[in-house]
Amino acid sequence: MSKAQDVLFRTLADPSRRALFERLCREGEATVGALTDRSGISQPAVSKHLRVLEEAGLVRGRPAGRQTHYSAQRAALAPLVDWTSHMVGFWRDRFDRLEDLLKRMDQ
Amino acid sequence: MNATSPETLSVVVERDIPFPPEKIWRALTQPHLIEEWLMKNDFAPTVGHAFHFRAEWGSVDCEVEVVEPNKTLSYTWSAFGLKSVVTWTLTPAGGGTHLRMEQSGFRPDQQPAYHGAQAGWQRFFAALERVVAKTD
Repeated sequence: MSKAQDVLFRTLADPSRRALFERLCREGEATVGALTDRSGISQPAVSKHLRVLEEAGLVRGRPAGRQTHYSAQRAALAPLVDWTSHMVGFWRDRFDRLEDLLKRMDQ
Repeated sequence: MNATSPETLSVVVERDIPFPPEKIWRALTQPHLIEEWLMKNDFAPTVGHAFHFRAEWGSVDCEVEVVEPNKTLSYTWSAFGLKSVVTWTLTPAGGGTHLRMEQSGFRPDQQPAYHGAQAGWQRFFAALERVVAKTD
């Protein structure tokens, strides 16, 4: 596993952090206060999780006055969601089936 | 990195096949033959023809872009919100054919999971948990 993947896995393996990240993906930008309201964990805990998410590149904080607004950086997931590997597997399987068909076909 | 990155990805699968290009071309362009190795379809080898591949998991929207008999076949391929182009190239090689498939043009930020569909996220995180469990 690459270092980038390792960091992402470790960061998102924590259910509270994952919930915060998913919520930011779903609902857009939010402050620590707003995120604490329905999280079931304390504000310092939310802040700590946000720092870890930010270090992994998964969220970004935008200071606005005394508040910081956090948003999800979905593109940071790219190393995990390897669509190209999936498609290579798909097409290799289809090539096998194509060759089988060619053997069965007339001229 | 951001969600509007213009970077594109492509997938290439190629193989030497012990049959002539003409025979492979038929398997690539006749609907009843395509169905046997790829998916159900209403393909026709006509530039501009819109068609679908259908499978149990859904369908792929396509349009024919290039038809050069026994040489090149290209069609757009849109599924799960991902748009790409599939290009088949047939090159005669020692009595057989070098067959090359390139699927290109989709971008990292078009990943299905990025669209936030609930089912997609659940599958994604379920898979993530399995991998994390294994690395411990």
